[in-house]
Amino acid sequence: MECATPRPAGPSSDEQGTPTTHTERRNFLRFLGASALLGVGTAAGMGGFVRVNAEELLSNKKGLGARWALVIDVWKLRAEIDYQRIIRACHRFHNVPSINERAHEVKWIWTEKYQHAFPTTDISHVPRDIVNKPFLVLCNHCDNPPCVRVCPVKATFKRPDGVVMQDLHRCIGCKFCVVACPYGARSYNWLPPKPFIQDINPEFPIRTAGVVEKCTFCYERLDQGLPPLCVEASDGAILFGDLNNPESSVSKAIATRYTIVRKPELGTQPRIFYVVQEG
Amino acid sequence: MLGALFKGGRKYWGFLLLLLGFMGVGLLCWLREHHLGSGPTSGLSRDVPWGLHIGQLTFFVGVAASAVMVLLPYYLHNFKEFARITVLGEFLAVAAVIVSMLSVFTIMGRPERVFNVLLYPTPGSIIFWDMIVLSTYLGLNIVCGWTILAAEHRGEAAPKWIKPFIYLAIFWAPSIHMITAFLYAGLPGKHHWATALQTVHFLASAFAAGPALLIVLGTLVAKLSRFDPGVKAIQKLAQIVLYALSLHLFFIGLEFFTAFYSQNPEHMRTLTYLYVGLEGHSRMVPLMWTSSLLALLGLTLLAIPASRRQPRSLVIGALATFFSIWMDKGLAFVVAGFIPNSFGQITEYWPDWNEALVAAGALATGAFVLTLLYKVAISVKVKAGVDAYGLRQVRNSGESSMSPVLAGVHASELAARQD
Repeated sequence: MECATPRPAGPSSDEQGTPTTHTERRNFLRFLGASALLGVGTAAGMGGFVRVNAEELLSNKKGLGARWALVIDVWKLRAEIDYQRIIRACHRFHNVPSINERAHEVKWIWTEKYQHAFPTTDISHVPRDIVNKPFLVLCNHCDNPPCVRVCPVKATFKRPDGVVMQDLHRCIGCKFCVVACPYGARSYNWLPPKPFIQDINPEFPIRTAGVVEKCTFCYERLDQGLPPLCVEASDGAILFGDLNNPESSVSKAIATRYTIVRKPELGTQPRIFYVVQEG
Repeated sequence: MLGALFKGGRKYWGFLLLLLGFMGVGLLCWLREHHLGSGPTSGLSRDVPWGLHIGQLTFFVGVAASAVMVLLPYYLHNFKEFARITVLGEFLAVAAVIVSMLSVFTIMGRPERVFNVLLYPTPGSIIFWDMIVLSTYLGLNIVCGWTILAAEHRGEAAPKWIKPFIYLAIFWAPSIHMITAFLYAGLPGKHHWATALQTVHFLASAFAAGPALLIVLGTLVAKLSRFDPGVKAIQKLAQIVLYALSLHLFFIGLEFFTAFYSQNPEHMRTLTYLYVGLEGHSRMVPLMWTSSLLALLGLTLLAIPASRRQPRSLVIGALATFFSIWMDKGLAFVVAGFIPNSFGQITEYWPDWNEALVAAGALATGAFVLTLLYKVAISVKVKAGVDAYGLRQVRNSGESSMSPVLAGVHASELAARQD
C-alpha cells in the first residue's frame, strides 16, 4: 500500500490566525498576477476570477489562499461507462486528439490498472477489489512539480492556487518535462493533432505538432468559479476543493477516509488523491 | 593562415564534399521530421521521449570536455610534449560542441522558439545552464586555439592576455560535462540516472573517449600530412585513456553492486534489461555486450605496454574504447533511463533511419568544421617546422611514412632533448 496522505488536522502550530491585511493583500496581488500571466484579463473574466478566489481566501483560516485538489473515490466509479463519460467530457472540450497508436497518443485523463498507477507496490498482498479496479490518472498538479523545475522557458509553471499550467505558445518542445514527470502525465504532440480531432470545439485552442500538453485542471473554468469538467462528469465520484480549507469537501474526505497518492516517496506532493477505503 | 583552406588535393575536396552531402541529407531529414511530425520519423514515443540525439549530446559534450586532458598537463604541469597538440585538442572541442549543440537543437519540436531560452531565462532549469556553458566553452576554445595558432603562424610566443582564458577553459571543461550529467542526475523516479556518481562517471568515460579520439586523429594527421604530433604526446594520451577507461569500468561495477546488493527492484530491472533483457525485451543487449567486449579489448591493448607502443594496436585500442563508450553513453544510457517507464512497463526504442540521418548530419557538420580547423592548424605547424620548444615537428619527405607516430627518430630526438 502507498502511504496515507497527511491529514490537515485542525489548527496547527504555525497557524497565523486571522489573516492580516498585508497577507490578504499579498495573496490578492498574487492572484491578480496569476490572472495577468494567464491572459484572462478581460473585464468580465477578471471580475469573476477575483471574486471567487477572494471569497475562498476569506473563508480560509490559514490565510494561505486556495490549494485546489481532487479526491477520486474509486468505489463510486463502477462501470466502464463511468470512466468513459469523464474522459470524454475532458478530451472533447479540450480538443484532445484520439490517436490509436499507443506510442504517440495524447491524453489528459485516462485509466490505468492499479499495478501501473502504483508500480512500486507488491500487488500480491493488496485486496483483489482494489487491484481489479481501473484508476483514473491525470496530471497530479504536484505541490513540488519536477516538470516546472526543468522547463527551460517557464512554459510550464505553477499558479499560486497550485494549478500546474502549460503555455502551448511558449513551449519549445524539448520534452524535458515529459522526461521529468514521474507520472507519465505529459503528452508530446508527435503528430499534427488536428486530423485526429473529430468534433473541434471552437472554444479551446488546437495544438500543433512539437509542443507538450496535459491537464490544466480546467483553469479557465476555475477562474469562472466552476469545477473541472471531470468533476462535473463524475456524478459525485470526484470531489474538488481547497486543500487549505479544512471545511472543504476534499479536506473532509481526506480526513475521514483512507486515501493514497501516486509515488509519494518522490517528494512531488501530488494533489490528486484516491479514496481506497470502502464506505 | 586561411589560405591553406583552399589548397588541398582531391582527397581533401572529396572528403569535404562527402561531408557536405551528409549535412544536406541531415537537413532534409530534419525538415521531413518537422513536416510529418516526430511520430513517423523517429523511434521515440510517449514512454521514450529522448533517444539518439540526446545520447549524441551527452557523448560529444564529453568529447569536448576532454580537451582539458591536453590543456591541463601542458599549462598546469608544464608537460612539454603536449605543446604541439593543444590546438588539436581545442579544435576537437570546438567541433564536438557544435555536434552537441546541433544534437540538442534537433530534438526541439518548435525550433523557431529556441531563443525563448534566452528571452525567459530560467536559472532553475539545467537546459538553460547547458546552453550557457556550451556557448561559453565554444567561444573559449575558438579564442584560445586560434590565438595560439596565430602566434605560431607569426613565429611569436603566445600573447600573455590569453593565459587567463586558457585557465578559464581548463576550469570550464569539467563544468560542461557536469551540467550535462545534471540533466539526468536530478530527476525523481529515474533510478538509472539519478545517482550522485553520474557526474564523475560521465567525466571518466569522457576522458577515455575524447583522448582516444585524439589518438586516432593524431595518428591520422601524421599519416596524411608532414606534421608529427610526437610519440610521447600520443603515448601520454594512451595512458590517460587507460586510467579513465579503468575508472569508467569500475563505476559500471559500482552500479551493479548498489543495484543487486541493495536488491532495489527498479535499479536491478534497468541493468537486467541492458545486459540480459527483461520480460522478453532485449533490444539493447547486443549493443551493451558489444560495448563491454570493446571496452575489454581497449583495456587490454592499452594496458599491455607492448601493444600500447605498437601504433597499429594502439589505434585499434583507442577505436575500441571510443566506440564502446559511444554505444553505452551515446544511446543505451539514455534509453535505459526510461526502462521501466513511469508505469513499471517496458517500451523499447531504436532510432528510425530518418533520425539516424539527422544525427549523421550533425556529426558531418562537426567533422566538416574539424577538417577545416585541422587543415589550418597543420599548415601553420608544417610551416613553423619546430614546436614551442624548438623540437622538430615536421617529418622530412625521406622519413618513414609508416607509423610516424612511433618513428624512432622522433623518440630518440625527444629523449636526447630531455637528457
